[in-house]
Amino acid sequence: MIAVTYSVPSILVFATSALLILVGALGVITLKNPVHAALSLIMTLFGVAVAFVAQSADFLAAVQIIVYAGAIVVLFLFVIMFLGVDRNMHVGVEPLVGQRPFAAAGVVITVGGLIALFASSHWVTAAASVSGKALAKGSGNVKQLGTAIFTTYLFAFEATAALLIIAVVGAVLLARRERATLSEEEVE
Amino acid sequence: MNVPAAWYLVVAALLFGVGAFGLLTRRSALIMFMCIELMLNAANLTFVTFSRTLGDIAGQASVFFVMVVAAAEVTVGLGIVVAVFRRKSSTSVDDMSELKG
Repeated sequence: MIAVTYSVPSILVFATSALLILVGALGVITLKNPVHAALSLIMTLFGVAVAFVAQSADFLAAVQIIVYAGAIVVLFLFVIMFLGVDRNMHVGVEPLVGQRPFAAAGVVITVGGLIALFASSHWVTAAASVSGKALAKGSGNVKQLGTAIFTTYLFAFEATAALLIIAVVGAVLLARRERATLSEEEVE
Repeated sequence: MNVPAAWYLVVAALLFGVGAFGLLTRRSALIMFMCIELMLNAANLTFVTFSRTLGDIAGQASVFFVMVVAAAEVTVGLGIVVAVFRRKSSTSVDDMSELKG
């Protein structure tokens, strides 16, 4: 290894975000109560937002907090409260024999392979850019991102608009009650 | 000097592994959706790290689109969970076994 000293603030920020991400993720998969799992999911999402800020993706960090922590986790909590499943989740039950060891082995092989890949490969860093202009630091980034989304990726952006409309209509269709059963209930 | 990109990539790989393990072992459909969110966030973190390393905005644009798709996926998925709960009074995936041979 080349003996490079990294700046202390960047190491501290990295340690904070890694701790938030991993502790929150372990909480999601171990906590019995789904409400607690949703709250530790928020912790992970905040950690990812910290990592985004540290890597000068300011806009995405803001969107991460607003969309994920603000909308998606609230939707999760709303459904948990609505269904009333906030207790007696059986974590210990293992219906398939040997499911956990196999899952653990598969995950360890995958993650180990990924980390070995990171360790063995070397990328061209600090190059100007692969395509187009170099990435600006800080808030200059936001303008570049907006320009890219509304020019290069305009078709994909419009397609996401259609996707969101379809998702909303689909969710309403799935969650509504049948009209026939409603009238039967009224009769009874 | 900033910390190397590989550190963030390793954290993202570990986050992906934790999410995948939870998805494979937990029985509640709600928790499984949360684990999918963890895996999507690991992919997002990788995109942003490579965006910084390679100096290319395309990685950040990809993260933007992943977030939109994740929001749509959660909306429809939780709609399905609510619809199944009406019928089965359970969110455990083990109770959805009508197609079992």
